[in-house]
Amino acid sequence: MVDLRCGRKLGRQHVSDQSIPLSIQDLTVAWHRRPVIWDVEFDVSPGRLVGIVGPNGAGKSTLLKAVMDLVPKASGRVEIFGRPWRESRQRVGYVPQRESVDWDFPVSVLDVVTMGLYGRIGWFGRVRRGHREAARRALEQVGIGELADRQISQLSGGQQQRTFLARALVQEADLYLMDEPFAAVDAATEQAIVGILRSMRAAGRTAVVIHHDLHTVPDYFDSVVLLNMRVVAEGPTHEVFTRENLERTYGGRLTLLEEATEALRRREQRL
Amino acid sequence: MTDALDWTWQYDGVILLTGLLCAVAASLPGNFLVLRRTSLLGDAVSHAVLPGIAAAFLLTHSRTGAVLFVGAVLAGLLTAVLTELIRDIGSVDEGASTGVVFTTLFAAGLVLIVQAADAVDLDPGCVLYGALEDSPLQTVRLIGTEIPRVALTLAGVLLLNLLFVFLFFKELLISSFDPGLATTGGYSARLVHYLLMIVVAITAVASFEAAGNILVVAMFIVPPSSALLLTTRLSRMIWLSAGIAAISAVAGHFSAIFLPRWLGYRSISTAGMMTLCAGLCFLMAALFSPSAGVLTGWVRRVRLSLRILCEDLLALLYRIEERGSASGVAGRSDIAIGQSGVLGDTGFEGLAKKLLCTRRLLILAGWIQQYRGHLVREGQTWRLTDSGRRVASLLVRSHRLWESYLATEGVGPGRIHRQAETLEHYTSEGLRNRLDTGVADGAVDPHGSRIPREDDFRIPPVA
Amino acid sequence: MRVPDFEVFAAGHWWPLVPGVAGSFRDRIGSLLLFEHYNTRVVVLGALLLGLASGMVGCFTLLRRRALVGDALSHATLPGVGLAFLLGPLAGYDGGNRLVLLAGAAASGIAGAAAILFIRSLPRLKEDAALGIVLSVFFGAGVALLTVVQQTSAGRAAGLDRYIFGQAASMTADDARLIAGTAALAALLIACNFRSLTLLCFDEGYAAAQGYSIPLLDLLLMFLVVLITMIGLQAVGLILMIAMLVIPAAAARFWTNRLWVMLLISGLIGGLSGFLGAMLSAVFADLPSGAVIVLTCSLLFFLSLLLGRERGVLVRSLRRRELSAAIDREHLLRGIWELRESAVEFSGAVAERRAAGFEELLSLRSWSVSRLRAQIRRASAEGLVWLNSEGAIELTRRGVMEAERLVHHHRLWELYLITHADVAASRVDREADAIEHVLEPELIARLEQLLLQRQRSGEIPASPHEMAGFQSQAGSVASPEGRLP
Repeated sequence: MVDLRCGRKLGRQHVSDQSIPLSIQDLTVAWHRRPVIWDVEFDVSPGRLVGIVGPNGAGKSTLLKAVMDLVPKASGRVEIFGRPWRESRQRVGYVPQRESVDWDFPVSVLDVVTMGLYGRIGWFGRVRRGHREAARRALEQVGIGELADRQISQLSGGQQQRTFLARALVQEADLYLMDEPFAAVDAATEQAIVGILRSMRAAGRTAVVIHHDLHTVPDYFDSVVLLNMRVVAEGPTHEVFTRENLERTYGGRLTLLEEATEALRRREQRL
Repeated sequence: MTDALDWTWQYDGVILLTGLLCAVAASLPGNFLVLRRTSLLGDAVSHAVLPGIAAAFLLTHSRTGAVLFVGAVLAGLLTAVLTELIRDIGSVDEGASTGVVFTTLFAAGLVLIVQAADAVDLDPGCVLYGALEDSPLQTVRLIGTEIPRVALTLAGVLLLNLLFVFLFFKELLISSFDPGLATTGGYSARLVHYLLMIVVAITAVASFEAAGNILVVAMFIVPPSSALLLTTRLSRMIWLSAGIAAISAVAGHFSAIFLPRWLGYRSISTAGMMTLCAGLCFLMAALFSPSAGVLTGWVRRVRLSLRILCEDLLALLYRIEERGSASGVAGRSDIAIGQSGVLGDTGFEGLAKKLLCTRRLLILAGWIQQYRGHLVREGQTWRLTDSGRRVASLLVRSHRLWESYLATEGVGPGRIHRQAETLEHYTSEGLRNRLDTGVADGAVDPHGSRIPREDDFRIPPVA
Repeated sequence: MRVPDFEVFAAGHWWPLVPGVAGSFRDRIGSLLLFEHYNTRVVVLGALLLGLASGMVGCFTLLRRRALVGDALSHATLPGVGLAFLLGPLAGYDGGNRLVLLAGAAASGIAGAAAILFIRSLPRLKEDAALGIVLSVFFGAGVALLTVVQQTSAGRAAGLDRYIFGQAASMTADDARLIAGTAALAALLIACNFRSLTLLCFDEGYAAAQGYSIPLLDLLLMFLVVLITMIGLQAVGLILMIAMLVIPAAAARFWTNRLWVMLLISGLIGGLSGFLGAMLSAVFADLPSGAVIVLTCSLLFFLSLLLGRERGVLVRSLRRRELSAAIDREHLLRGIWELRESAVEFSGAVAERRAAGFEELLSLRSWSVSRLRAQIRRASAEGLVWLNSEGAIELTRRGVMEAERLVHHHRLWELYLITHADVAASRVDREADAIEHVLEPELIARLEQLLLQRQRSGEIPASPHEMAGFQSQAGSVASPEGRLP
């Protein structure tokens, strides 16, 4: 049944739960007059890889920014490990879109990764060798250890993405928020990132990833949130990633939808 | 020598010192102004000095240097704060809000000054602006000697700026590079911004007193920009900018002494000359910077295309030899280049046409290869020497190996030639060997031509 | 050697506007308003035209995100003036000739413009650095040249600094004519190149693809700035010229989203500031004229910032509050309705009363107790709900109608999102009062049909009452034209 009513389960009371990495309730964000996202509500279970998908302009980046208090909320509440953002900030690692920085800046790859540790070092602390070692290890983990001393303008798209990923990894956060990490990267980088995500999950960490490629959603993510200004559906991938829901999210007749759902059905049959 | 220059420590030395201190002190925070793309905020803040002094005077009726100084710094900070405020609440473009704020404050300052001047018979000139040439005049007695006051102030400012940049290096770095990350990481990017603005304001006010408006704004922006063109490391950039600022100050001072003499005048504004020298340093960097210079880039491109032409020339002559030889292998015995007819025009005109270049360039390329011993001149054309034939054969080998490889990979027949033409110039022996193993047939290319072997023309070692 | 601070001089503050207007305050105002004094007429006219022209040119520089180019180029004109004075005699012209100096200023300004474009093309250097470098280096060169000029007897005799930095007091009819002519030229250039300049500001890539030469257009724009700057320097001085290029345009931005309207308003504000400022400065004769003009302009800017109809602060904050209240009201009314609706669909009875308890409502959303209470208070003040005898919040008759409207509205939007998900993001304006104002009538009719279908098939509970008054009105749909970024 198409439930067009208010998406919330009526009558449920909310209790702050410290084990839930991310809990979004009733979130509405408006810009100038137009609502960008509204009534967004979902919880993320720990140790999961969650994908957020939706068409362009659907508000996915805005959602992430609202979680981090980078844009003001018109209504709603966000809790990270049961606490508001300010208090849980240290436990969150953010991987932004590549366009968000000026790649002409005179810093090396190692410098950028070390920045992830600045929050821990504090105002008057110095960057010590131990910090740089940790940064180098993170770079090794993402597979670009040899690029540590290169200036960032000389990196390819995939290498830039890995740099950002390393910067988040070095924080050793419990929750990672990633904005389109797979956009316009080469296949090798994509595999590397997937590998890192899976090892994160194995270590009990949680990742919420904005993703653009429907083909790979069933392979990469345990849960998925279908977002088109409001949550169309959310839950475990195999339940929620259906043709009907995709049509409601993306509209129209997209052949890739059929491919994606076909791939899903094949997988289910194999299981 | 100082006699010839008519140079004295007490006078000229002080001017030089003051200018030097001002320049270096300003270049330090200027690096971050440039990197944060708010260079003109430095200009705006230094224009706020005027209203700051006027307001301070009117409010306190004091002519004490310290009071006026503080007033000016506060006005500078106010400029930055108001700019940000208008930008945020009005969604106004950053440049426009800077423009609105500093011109309004400046106009208000003018009005205030006229009031102040009327009220107290104050010559605005005396209190307000300084000139480097006057800096030796006002001195302060310290540790037994007379030290020019402005030099002392500027030395203090330089120390402050050094400390600031050193202590807050990483905060400045992160808030300039990725303010979003800074804020989510717990640093208030805004706080860092205001600290920087305070430092900028203090520098501007201190320099205003010593040298007027001109010098400090230039030193905020020009040396750091030059340094940015020369290096890609922030710490190196900061040192370089201080160095360039110092050089500009020194060069400016001495040219301010020499230039008028040459032109037949008495003197010229020192601050103006220092600024001009900073501009010249920038121009040098813009033209000759190894990584970013316009001229170096041009030279690099020209050298590259010439190198490619030289190689193409050898390869073309080799192919002509091939076609002319009965066995299909280029060799020295078979043919005589220069004969028209079946081989086509192999004189200069013909070669130039085939290589799509001008005759003059062709001759230049030929001359270069002659110099290297790869060609000998024969009338209106050239002949390959042994070493030339070797080089050419390897080039042709690269080309044909690439064609085979690309064909194997499924690239369309129309495109393999063009792609191979580009790739052949960047193929080392190691890469050739790898290509060789990767293709189906290492002896013949997709067009049916024989692929030269690696050791076809290897010059045997002298026994 | 004492070097005067040229920028202070350049403000033209030494010379009051109209030295000759005598008499008491009242007399002065009277004679001014009647435009009795020739000088005043000339100056006021000149200031007005200057404001008009700079307002228009300033629009384009603002939209090109290069608002401070006027700052850079006006500083860049200085070395040209000095060179013209020194070299003019070599070419046979009197160095103090006004036109020669202006020509020098123009040439130097254009050189500055070219330098800006060059520096911008260098790697790693951005727009602001280009402006700052040209500003400071050219100005420094100019200062150096002028200190040389002042040492020539001709220079001293010509009182060159007065020529350069202008004095409104000696503005003659010739000067005013010069200003008028230049302003007309600027207006003509803008009119002829309107489309290309617009494209340049909005969508550089598209303009390039259409074959426009971007550097040439940039140079044209900067040439316009140099033109205005040259004539303005004489009237109001250097710093204050920058103000006239920036402030009116920034102020006009708050009033409209359409370019040609912005041009008009900007010219108006500039002209008005010139007019008022010059008048004021004549009345209060001891105030520096240029500064007064600029302060007038700033006042208009701040008023626009607050009250601007399209983007002013007050308007925006009112809209935000309206939006907030509307969201709250919708949540409340829709909440009550849907709570009862789901109860009704099981019992099959028609609900006579639409009411819900406070606790029920509280658990519906993430709102806090105080916020919910405030919403209920506001809604009952609007006559939409009332506290019934059982202490529950009940919809009044009006409340029921409004709730039904909101629910219907909401469902139409949801359906639209589902059926047109790929384009929805650009069209959805849920807070629009009526969906008819955003979507086309045919589309709404189709959505209504769909809604009816789903209600009939039981997917959505049907409303027990006729949803009256929801015929899609054939109305005009607002179409955005030439929206500004």
